[in-house]
Amino acid sequence: MSADLSDLYQNVILDHNRRPRNRGRLATANRSAHGDNPSCGDQCDVFLRLDGDRIAEITFDGSGCAISQASASLMTTQLKGKTSAEAEKLYGEFHEIVTTGKEPEEISDLGAFAGVHSFPARIKCATLSWHAALNALRGDPAPATTESHTD
Amino acid sequence: MPSSWDRIRDEFPILDQQVNGRPLVYLDNAATTQKPRAVIAALDRFYARDNSNVHRGLHALSMRSTDDYEDARARVATFINAASPSEIIFTRGTTESINLVASSWGGANLRKGDVILLTEMEHHSNLVPWQLVARRTGATLRYLPVTGDEGLLDLSQLDRLLTPEVKLFAFTHVSNTLGTVNPAAELCARARRVGAVTVVDAAQSVGHMPLDVRAMGCDFLAFSGHKMASVTGIGALYGRLSLLDAMPPWQGGGGMISNVDFFESRWKPSPERFEAGTPNFGDAVALGASCDFLDGLGREAIQRHDGELAREAYRKLSELPGIRLIGPRGERGGLVSFAFEGVHAHDVVTFADEDGIALRGGHHCNQPLMRKLGLTSTVRASFYVYNEAREVDALVASMKRTLKFFAGV
Repeated sequence: MSADLSDLYQNVILDHNRRPRNRGRLATANRSAHGDNPSCGDQCDVFLRLDGDRIAEITFDGSGCAISQASASLMTTQLKGKTSAEAEKLYGEFHEIVTTGKEPEEISDLGAFAGVHSFPARIKCATLSWHAALNALRGDPAPATTESHTD
Repeated sequence: MPSSWDRIRDEFPILDQQVNGRPLVYLDNAATTQKPRAVIAALDRFYARDNSNVHRGLHALSMRSTDDYEDARARVATFINAASPSEIIFTRGTTESINLVASSWGGANLRKGDVILLTEMEHHSNLVPWQLVARRTGATLRYLPVTGDEGLLDLSQLDRLLTPEVKLFAFTHVSNTLGTVNPAAELCARARRVGAVTVVDAAQSVGHMPLDVRAMGCDFLAFSGHKMASVTGIGALYGRLSLLDAMPPWQGGGGMISNVDFFESRWKPSPERFEAGTPNFGDAVALGASCDFLDGLGREAIQRHDGELAREAYRKLSELPGIRLIGPRGERGGLVSFAFEGVHAHDVVTFADEDGIALRGGHHCNQPLMRKLGLTSTVRASFYVYNEAREVDALVASMKRTLKFFAGV
């Protein structure tokens, strides 16, 4: 297997794809949002229980490639307990990782997604669930889409 | 010079390259086919020698260019056995051809209470234009169902659905996702009995099998050049002349009028009425050249060749664990479409790319059909004249490698 491909399919990603964390609907959710990736048909729903401004619980549901499913799963583990400002900041770091391939300064599982930058067509797979989560946090009623004018 | 099956791969310069260090195996022909030297040369010759704007030109180049353009129209007409070149309107491709019928014929003839009959296997290009015209006219949509994974039209439902309210029946000749070859002549005959106009999406058939619009009995037929060994940006709409001449223009501009006043204009007959503005004559020449190329090979022979590869691929892939093949088990067009349990199509396609194999993974512009089948995406391998049995073996080997990686099979 090529170095690029083994960078893309890191063990962390394969593990989250095989055993997704926090998958399913959240009965106690007080926020949710839907995301679509129209170029491939991937879909993702994110459910949040906000306690004040803090994410007390978070789950996702949907279908997609290993990159999108692992990204959604890992995102839920990273966002739980965060405030909305912290979540926005974390997405900024994640976006930087998947678009530039730069590893994060602090050791984080998000670094597993650095290999995505060599596959530009797959960046949207990695960011779809994050778009949905941020829309849920912001209370934006519109479905998140990877095709909006601002990425 | 008649094209020949000997050394056919030499006719397609793009095939001679390595992708990710492996010889290119191009199996994405349902999306677009590669172009033979004869077509590339026709384009080169036209721009190097004859190029000038067509029609109304009084100088030598313009007359040559006009002749080339109208020769291409006549060539496309004979390719599908239309009664007259005036029945061939050049468009950007299948999508624009269907939009032309929806906008012009649909806008003039559809009313509230009318029904547009489609099938559940239509490409978005033969679905969304009808949604738009239905919204505009108050007509409603109705769908002929597909029989699950086998992907056949459920013809037992046709009598119930094809009622006198149906004014137009649009369906695909060959499904781009399932590979199903629909009984187009029978569907057209049934539609005619209730007075419905028929629109056939021939994007996946016209360059792959013999096609005779008069034997089929369709009213309109749409196709793209780039899926039949020609270039992008050119395609055609066939329409029966009596229908075309009764239709209003759909775009206004130069070239389509017989007289323009400040407040009113009169239209030329078909095909000019539907070709406002400078037409895409350069690419039309390339489309004529691809008709020559394909007829040189023989479309019966192409159909046999592609079908054999598809059946071979279907048989070999069906032995893989966890695979779900969709589309007919029997006769099929030159493609296979499948999904693996637990491995997403995009991951499969990314792995195949590393093996130099070009596949397509996704919903193939067939989202409603995918939803019906309970799928979000499939992997599609589609074949054309230059593909070989060894490439089917490369495909199967790549699938095995991918399965081993993801599922440990």
